[in-house]
Amino acid sequence: MCETWNSSDNDNEMFSALLEDSAEDLYENAPCGYLSTLLDGKIAKVNGTLLRWLGYARADLVGRRRFSDLLSVGGKLYHETHLSPLLRMQGEVRGVALEVVAADGTRMPVLVNCTVKTTEDGEPLLIRTTVFDARDRRAYEQELLRARQKAEGERDEIRRLAITLQRTLLPPVLPDVPGMEIAAHYHHASPFEVGGDFYDVFPLADGRWGLFLGDVCGKGAGAAAVTSLTRYTLRSAAVYDPDPTAVLTNLNTVLNQERDDGPLRFCTVTFGVLEVEADGCTLTLAAGGHPPGLLLRADGTVEYVETPGGQLIGILPDARVVTTTVRLSGGDTFALYSDGVVEARTGDTRYSEEALLEFAGTIAPTSAAGVVEAFVGLLARLGEGVEDDTAVLALGVPQSPHRDL
Amino acid sequence: MEEWAAGYHCHPSETGWGMDALSRNNVVVVGHHDGPVVVLAHGFGCDQNMWRLVVPALAEKCRVVLFDHVGAGQSDLSSWDAQRYSTLDGYASDVLDLSRELDLRDAVFVGHSVSAMIGVLAVAADPTRFGRLVLVTPSPRYVDDGDYRGGFSAADIDELLDSLESNYLGWSATMAPVIMGNPDRPELGTELTNSFCRTDPEVARVFARTTFLSDNRADLARVTVPTLILECAHDVIAPPEVGAYVHAHIPGSTRVTLDATGHCPQLSAPEATAEAILRFVLDQR
Repeated sequence: MCETWNSSDNDNEMFSALLEDSAEDLYENAPCGYLSTLLDGKIAKVNGTLLRWLGYARADLVGRRRFSDLLSVGGKLYHETHLSPLLRMQGEVRGVALEVVAADGTRMPVLVNCTVKTTEDGEPLLIRTTVFDARDRRAYEQELLRARQKAEGERDEIRRLAITLQRTLLPPVLPDVPGMEIAAHYHHASPFEVGGDFYDVFPLADGRWGLFLGDVCGKGAGAAAVTSLTRYTLRSAAVYDPDPTAVLTNLNTVLNQERDDGPLRFCTVTFGVLEVEADGCTLTLAAGGHPPGLLLRADGTVEYVETPGGQLIGILPDARVVTTTVRLSGGDTFALYSDGVVEARTGDTRYSEEALLEFAGTIAPTSAAGVVEAFVGLLARLGEGVEDDTAVLALGVPQSPHRDL
Repeated sequence: MEEWAAGYHCHPSETGWGMDALSRNNVVVVGHHDGPVVVLAHGFGCDQNMWRLVVPALAEKCRVVLFDHVGAGQSDLSSWDAQRYSTLDGYASDVLDLSRELDLRDAVFVGHSVSAMIGVLAVAADPTRFGRLVLVTPSPRYVDDGDYRGGFSAADIDELLDSLESNYLGWSATMAPVIMGNPDRPELGTELTNSFCRTDPEVARVFARTTFLSDNRADLARVTVPTLILECAHDVIAPPEVGAYVHAHIPGSTRVTLDATGHCPQLSAPEATAEAILRFVLDQR
């Protein structure tokens, strides 16, 4: 213990010998500018470092200039509207960035700290200010700013790419199907990522129509590639054999063949063949793991069109596909959608198929456009709770159909 | 802040109103209940704390109404809108909103710096609310124009705006939730009490532009109420010739020059400022 104290004493002596600086030298040649000003801003004392930085003689400043006289005009305004009031209100200000103007007009970015020295009874006497050279820091900040602007520019570019790519995965316009009304909507959960939802409606050779709506797992470029493959496979498979089960089986085969070492790529999808008749239409649907379609009858009743047991497409070599048939008459509307809406967060729980059915009950009966409009409103209400993209495709038989058949 | 404790914040829960001007503008009322009503409006830069040194003296004789302009202090930042607050009329209509909700008649409006012109616009729009105006270090136009000397060139103001745009006035994104009253991070609230002059750079930029590029010279003649002009002997933002201009263009106005330095006499010379305001408010009644 004794030895430690002795050693410390020795250190102190050694330091004292080394540190020959007087208090005056410590002030004058401090590694920062230092000045004292009266409460009205007049410079009362300034150290050599600041004088050297600014190229002024002491006599130019002391008693003649105010601190704010040394600042750029922007700095003067800031001094009057921010720094000076803050000093009066809280007695000190730290880390204020300003620019001081040297005698030759050049500017120097600085960081300034100020404290108010008071009398024993708290009356303010003068202001002490330290001035730190902030040239390197300012240059670095400019670099950060530039980097941020670059990042923002790239973000905009990514958004543009995502929107363009998404557009190629959806039909630019839906075809005009005589005797039917068709409407669709695509809700983007994020403007920066391509979602994996897709839909289409297209004519088949025999006067019937093919349609599908599905959801590829995942997001981004990888999902977009699978979505593109899925969409074109569905359309070309339907050319050879439009039977819904055959189409989905073909898709399953293609997706299984495409599997490489990358992440598992699969989708849920409902494929349908639409046959328009004199007094309505018949829909033959095949589904692989996709949420049930929503049927809104002309009498205001609503129900799900279930295809239970259909398996995800693209995982198993022989996925089970389940088919069903729906008959629509005047005033009936049928809607396919992806699970973004039923999976949306509402507080601690998720919006559900039950909630969606109840919601459909409040809007039925309605047209295809009415269903899509209601979905748009619902998605807006669910807001940020909708974490995934959502597609909706609605087909309706008008009440007093105009027939071209 | 002790002086404030005697007053009350006008919150919707107390008044039964919705998001009204009183909570939007963080209105605080202190002082003598039967005294004349004095509304204190802060300028560009800080918030209602700017008045803290004159409030005790004023509150002895007057009912003092303090508020924060939208975008400043504890105002409701979500009410801020770049379009509405790109003219001083937006601020003036806020002043009239809160004067209606407080049912003020014949009150005294004390406006500091840019708020002086906000007061001019408010009395011009509705002369029934304010019977007197006190303009503290006012300027109807900061930029020189022909023979008119506002004290700044257009380039000077551009420099200020550039300074604000290069974001050097010290703001951290973490301040936004604090000012907006983020309940999840109450610990940040204590930081704010030392930051009366901290403003979102976007808000500061718009307010600076609105302030320093406005031209209200033609509005001065629309003032028909008794007006006191309070200026400092040494003020780089509102120099004496600007005070003289305002005095010459508001019919029947009184001009008092305080032996003070800077743009904020309510802080640099609080006794003299409070005394001048009180004399004007009380003597002629």
